[in-house]
Order: sequence, then C-alpha cells, then structure tokens
Amino acid sequence: MSSLVARLRLRSGTTSSDRFIYWLAVPLALILLIYIVIPMFATARTSLDGGTGNYAGFFGGNSGRALGLSVGISVVSVITTGVIGTALAVLLTRFDFPGRNVLRLFAMLPMALPPLIGAVSFYFLYAESGIVPRFLAQYFGADPSAVSANGVLGVLLVHTMTMYPYFYLAVASGLAGSDASMEEAALNLGASRFTMWRTVLLPMLTPALVSGALLTFMVSMASFTAPQFYNVQTLTMQIVASRTSGAYELAAAQSTVLSIVSILFLLAMRWYQNRRVHRSASKGTPQAVKVLHGTLPRVSAGIGSALLVLILMAPAAVIVLLAFTVDGSWTVQILPSEYTLGNFERIFTDPSTLRPILVSSQMAFIAMIACAVVGVLASWVVTRWKGPGKGLLDVMVMIPWALPGTVVGVNLVTAFASPSPFNLGQVLIGSLWILPVAYFVRFLPLVFRSANAALAQIDPSVEEAARNLGAGSWRVLRTVTVPLMYRGILAGALMAFIQGFGEYVASVVIYPARFAPLSVEIYNRIYSNEFGTAAAYGALQMGLILIVLIISQRLENPRAGGIAALLRRRRRPTVETPLVGPIPSSATPLPIPAPEPAAPDLKPVK
Amino acid sequence: MTRVLLESLEKRYPGAAPSVSDLDLTIQDGEFFTLLGPSGCGKSTTLRMVAGFIAPTRGRILFNDRDVTNTAPNRRDTGMVFQNYALFPHMSVRANVGYGLSVRRTPRAEKNKRVDRALQQVGLERYADRRIDMLSGGQQQRVALARALVIQPSVLLLDEPLSNLDAKLREETRAEIRGTQKAAGITSIYVTHDQAEAMAMSDRVAILESGRLHQVAPPREVYHRPATSFVARFIGRSNVLPCTVLAIGSDTVDVRLEDGSLLRAPRVAGTPSWLAAVGDQAAVSLRPEAFTMSVQHGAPSLPEAGELEGTVKTAEFTGAVNVYEVDWNGTELVVSVPDAEDRAQPGDRVILAPHPARVWLVAP
Repeated sequence: MSSLVARLRLRSGTTSSDRFIYWLAVPLALILLIYIVIPMFATARTSLDGGTGNYAGFFGGNSGRALGLSVGISVVSVITTGVIGTALAVLLTRFDFPGRNVLRLFAMLPMALPPLIGAVSFYFLYAESGIVPRFLAQYFGADPSAVSANGVLGVLLVHTMTMYPYFYLAVASGLAGSDASMEEAALNLGASRFTMWRTVLLPMLTPALVSGALLTFMVSMASFTAPQFYNVQTLTMQIVASRTSGAYELAAAQSTVLSIVSILFLLAMRWYQNRRVHRSASKGTPQAVKVLHGTLPRVSAGIGSALLVLILMAPAAVIVLLAFTVDGSWTVQILPSEYTLGNFERIFTDPSTLRPILVSSQMAFIAMIACAVVGVLASWVVTRWKGPGKGLLDVMVMIPWALPGTVVGVNLVTAFASPSPFNLGQVLIGSLWILPVAYFVRFLPLVFRSANAALAQIDPSVEEAARNLGAGSWRVLRTVTVPLMYRGILAGALMAFIQGFGEYVASVVIYPARFAPLSVEIYNRIYSNEFGTAAAYGALQMGLILIVLIISQRLENPRAGGIAALLRRRRRPTVETPLVGPIPSSATPLPIPAPEPAAPDLKPVK
Repeated sequence: MTRVLLESLEKRYPGAAPSVSDLDLTIQDGEFFTLLGPSGCGKSTTLRMVAGFIAPTRGRILFNDRDVTNTAPNRRDTGMVFQNYALFPHMSVRANVGYGLSVRRTPRAEKNKRVDRALQQVGLERYADRRIDMLSGGQQQRVALARALVIQPSVLLLDEPLSNLDAKLREETRAEIRGTQKAAGITSIYVTHDQAEAMAMSDRVAILESGRLHQVAPPREVYHRPATSFVARFIGRSNVLPCTVLAIGSDTVDVRLEDGSLLRAPRVAGTPSWLAAVGDQAAVSLRPEAFTMSVQHGAPSLPEAGELEGTVKTAEFTGAVNVYEVDWNGTELVVSVPDAEDRAQPGDRVILAPHPARVWLVAP
C-alpha cells in the first residue's frame, strides 16, 4: 500500500521521498472509516433489511409528512433568522445609539446557551404555562393559549432566537469589511439610498447571506430538542420514535434520508465557498457610523435596546432564576415563589445527583483528547498533503458536522450493536464507551477546523527550515508545528469539551441505562418536575461555557506582537515556489463567518 | 568538502512547461555559486530540489559521490537560509540557532559553545535570549544565517536571503555573508534575481531563463562575454542586434547587420563566436559604453565599415557620463559616453564606432 502511494506521489512529484505523511494518513483514514463512514453505511444497509419497503411508503406516510414538516420549519427558520440577524447586524454596525454596546454584547448570548438549556428556557418563558403568558393573563386578562408559542410556533421561536447569530455574524463581518467609499461612489453617481442598498450592498452581502442560510437550514433540519419539547413530529423526532417502538429498519431509512439531505447541504456549502470570489481587499475609507441625534429618537432607541437586551437575556436569566428554586414549588405562579441554594449544594454532595456530571465530564474529556489528537493530525495531513485523496479525507472529517446528532447516534448504535469485521469486533451498545465515541465523532470537526485555521497561519517554510536542519517529520511536527498551533488546538479542544459535556441529541439515542449523561438527566428531572435541579445543572453548564469562551477569546487574541502578528508580517507571496502557493481550500475556515476560528457556531444542533 | 553535481536535472508539473529542464551543473568545493534569473526561471525550484523539498522528475543530484536524489531533506546535511528566514517564532534566538545541534544530539556544553560562537560571528550575542519578533529584519536575517551555519553543513543554500531587507542593509549584509562563507569555506548555492547581488558575491553565476540554462561563468565573463542575447540583455544594459555570419577568420568573425552594416567581432574559444558557421543567424551585443560617438556638424561624412550612423533622440546628463538614445534605422540604441565639451543634442546626426574588442557575438 505505502509503496503504491509512494509511487503515486513520485509521479505527482511534489516532495522528496518521505513516507511520514502516509504513516499518519492511513491510520487516520481507518479511524474515520470505522467511526464515521462505515456506521453511516451500516445504517443505510439496515434500512434495506426486508427490501425497499421502508422507502416505498416513505413519502406517503408519517415519514414523508415529517420530512415535509422538517423542511418547512427549516425554510421558515431561515427566513426569520435571516430577517432578525440581518436587521440586528445593520443596526449595530451602522448606527450609534444609547445602549448599542450592551446590545452588541448580548446579541452573542445565544452562543452561550447549551442546546438543551436553550429549548428549556424558551419553553419556560413562552409556552402556554410559561412566565410571559401567565404574566399577560394575570395582568392583562389575555388568554394564555393566544399569547403563548406552542407546537410549530414554539419550535420556530426557539430556532429564531438561537440561530440568528449565524446571520448576525455573517452580515456584521460583511458590513464591517465593506468600503465606505464604494457606497459614497454609488450615491455620488446618483443612486438613491435604497438603490445603493439594492445594487451595491446587497450583492456584496450575498456570500454572507447564502452561507448563513445554508447553515441555518442544516442546523434546523438537525434540530431535535425544540421539537421534543413542543412535541412537533419532525424527521428527527420520528427517528427516535421509530427506534423507541422497535422499528429499527424504519428508523434507519429515516436516518439515511436525513443524512443524504444533510450531506447534500454540506457539499453545496463547500461548492459555494470554493466558487466564491474574494472581495478586493482595498483599504478604503472606514465606515461612518450614523449617530442618532435629538432627544426623542435617542430616548426611544434607548428604551428599544433595553427591551431587546431584556428579551435576549431572558432565557439565560430564567435558567439562573430557576436554579435557585425549590423543586416542585413552581406550579401556577408567574414566577417561582420559594428559593434555595440547596440545588447547587445537592449537586456536589448527593452522589446520585453528582453522577451525571461525573459521567459527562469524564466522557467529554476522553472525547476531547481523541478529538485533539485526531483533529490535529487530520488537519495537518489534509493541509500538507499534495497528492490525490486529500479532498476525500477532508470530506470524511467534515461529514459528522453535517449529520444531525440523532443520525450520529443511530449510526453508532447500528454499527456497534454486534461484533463484525467492520467494527473490529467492538460492541459498544450498553457500554459507557459509546458516549465518548459519539462525542468524538460529533465534535471532531470543531477541533479540525480550529486546527486548520491555526495551521493556515504557519508558514510552511518554517517546517521546511526544521527539516533542513536535520529534524525528521515526526520531530518537526512535535517541536515546530504543534507548538505553533497550540492556541488553536486548545481553543478547539475546550470547545469540544463543553459541547460533549452538554451533548443531548446523540446521547439520548445511545446512553447506557445506568449512566445517564448530564443532558439526559436534565431532561429526566424536568420530566419529573424537578425544575430547580435541572436548572442548576444548566446554570453550571452556562458558567462553564462562559469560562471557555473567555479563554478562547484570550487564546485567539494573544498579546500584540505575538506569534500570529509575526507570521502575518512575514508572509509574503513567493511566486516561484509552487509548494508555498495558495493555501489549500480546506485550510480556510468553513463559510461560517465566525469572529474567531473556534467560534461555537457548530453548537446549536438541537 | 563538498562538490555538488546536478545531472540532467528536470522538474515538470503536469500540464505545464518544465520548470527546470535538462540542467547539468557542477558546483566546486568551497565555491560561492549563484543561480540568477528572472521570476519563474526555475532557480528556486532547483535550489529546493537540492535541499530535498522538491523531488526531481528526472536526473540526479550528487554531493561528492553520494547520490542524494531520493534522500529526505533532513538527511542531506544542507543548511538553508530562507527568503522569509523561516525562524521558529515560538523559540528564542538561542533556541533557533541551537535547533539543528539539538537534532544532532550535540552534547549540551559543545552546543552552547557553538551557538555562542555563531551568534558572536553575526554580532547578535547580546540578543541570544530575545524572542524572534523582537528583532529587526536585518537581525532576523543574521539569526537565519547563524542557524544554517552553526551545524557546519556540507552545503549552504541561500534562497533570496536579502530580498526582504532595505537597500542599504542589503549591501552591508551582502559583504557579511560573503565574508562568513569564505571564512567557513562552505560550498554555497545562492539564488537571486538581483544581478548586482550575483555579480558582487559570486565565484560563478549560472543564468537561467524558463527552466533553461543560458550560461555558467564568473561574473566578469558573464558581463563581458555573454553567451546568449538573453544574458546580454539581462546582465547590465546592452544593444543586441540581429546579424548574419559572413566570414570566419582565425581570430575574428565578420557579421552583417540587418541594414547591411558590417561589424567584426573577436573569435574566442568556447564562446558562440567559436562555434559559429558561415550563414548562421546570430546577434551582436554592444554595451552602451562600447562606442565612441562623433557628432556630424555640417557636411555629413559617410560612415566607414564597422561604424553605425544614427540620429540622437534624447540626451541625458547623468554625471560622469551622458546617456543618449540614438535612432539607428528605426532601432533604438543606448549609448553612454564620458561627459565632454562636445555634447550631442537631440536631432544631431552621429556616427557610432564600436570598440573592436567589444563587439561581442552571442547566440540569438
């Protein structure tokens, strides 16, 4: 095998005889095959057990309706998040008004909500028995069912309020990068403000809008938590329902259809990104921010932003509030009436309450280590590999990013149910090991991407210099490449850890009965009306996420004049050396216009 | 003690003209050898093949008798100075310079001694514990040089190491590199597109264009006896005029220019004038300073054989010399003559008499 690859490489003739990369690529490909690709095919094969019956009735029956519902909800979600995200971005980048900076901060808050906790908080806020409808009923005599968000509407509300950051970030960075003199040129040529927006700004924002839309659509299709809380029978819900009722083949068929849709979107996104023409990097006039003048506009803007801040922080606030309530004390009141510190105390003292935290933290930690090792190696191989097959490896790593958590769960359960040569005889069902495996599969793309971003910052000639000084490939990786990447790796790994710590969607399909992970326990506690304990778990998670976000921020923006700055200053295009040509496409971050490479934008797959 | 041998070296990328084709070169032990040419001529590709970062499509690379064509870069024992220096940004100056020695498992005491000496050599002993990004461009350049030299490589490779420095620093560093190399006696291959750099530093220069070798010779020979019209134009300024070989004498070659003028060039062994045959298409290279120019006042005298007649288009005083553009049958000739009382003005008719020894026949 390796001699074949060596020959291939000699023919493509890119670097000297050095087989190191293949020693990494082969085990890497094996890991990806066993844990990502083969499970996917195992599910597809199971769906065909007993013929094509599961597909024949697909579009007519429940599954078809569920698929339609999923698509419908996703389309509407794209529209609502698009409107809100774009409006917020324009407002916050182009206007100055009282409360702007606070609003800016809180606009990112949904990023800090763990997926399950997000759905929970919206349910407690806006569902028929939620705080807002009760408040309106009591003080304004409104009919709670008329002023609450239930069913599909509830799902859409959760989607809109948790996914708008995709659009917000994309459009904000698009607007920030645009050159004011271009807009001035349009106005100078006689365009009205409206025409200017339509003909100049909107076309420029198209890439951002398309990426935002594709991403939102994918994430909505994968959404499971919100439909579960509002009992909306989307395709993800149907999959779990089929499994619960023992219709494994049907569940497999539904998973396969959902996988295909998701992977098509992943490919569409990659295609769109590669096709995209880069904007001219003209450094023009900085954007002028419109300052609001006059008392009335300023006061109303202040009130408006205060209201917005209130709405944006309400979900997090509700969780914190509930974390201090006595379990079972909140029934029909607007707000809970009895408060205690006991929930937090119990978490750390009562073994049965502490156990889910231990399970989740340990499993997430194992997954994090695996993600870091495999993610970094994968990123290095994909970036530095000049031969054929690199695109395939890239896609293999990124597939789990597109797959809904539910599907990842079903795939693993199907592939590791009984020993077979394809899973190397491993049976993971009923074992704790299936959890870190699932977390590893789901969050590998996170580390991979942030490692890619870190690697893109490293000048390949630095590695060559080490080779030239006599270091072997492994030593170069160990003493030069990885140390230079460590900020990116650490940021990605921490992100993978908190994601694994709060993972719900795949966990709920695969967790071993005696060891419920944290998120499943949260759901169980809510189910048995122990809101206080559930919220305390959630508050803990939010605290953890906040800490990780702050650390990541520090890691991404090291002190001025640090490594990144040095490399930026030194990188000059060398026209003559083909090896230091354009950075391979996989090294550029995915189209998610995140402010930093490790932005938690993969998170809200509900 | 290393002689570098390139044998029929070739590098092709699929679907493109060869980056380097059929290159044969011998670089002598201790020699400072320069690969010179414009962007895309294949000089960097050649250097990277010697370093082992690019595998040749065909041909061999030998260090003395050792075939290193398929040797990994880390086993070639070359020291390379990169265009952007490629210093390790996460290490101190000392750690950068010591990296190669650590890899070679040099005992700590010896390593420290050698690193200190190398830093002293480049005048950076006071900066040993600085971070790389706290150094200026010139200092970084010297760290890169020290890092490559401290391992006492068998071959030193320099890939446009001065191109990121400003003009003044470049000239200083030029002499420093040359001095250090001579002192260490290391066989060196230097890549540059800057002919002044190549002329000032090299023992020999190889001139490449589109992957093809045009000439290998010491700097003075490259300047005075260019092998091809490309070399004549690339090194310094030259008027390259197409011609036909008319007659071959024992130590001269007579040629006819396109307008019928006759010129006589010296015939020198081992140059195009030696290989030319009667009837061949060739070219003569005439340096701007190879002419004596006389202004035709009043009644024009006819040019004699070996002289060219033209009209001054522009005259530029540059100090020591006057530079004229002279229209000669629609071809523009550049002529520079020492400043004198008798200056030509635009519109003047002039007769240009090339110095016989400086009419140089080149391959077209």
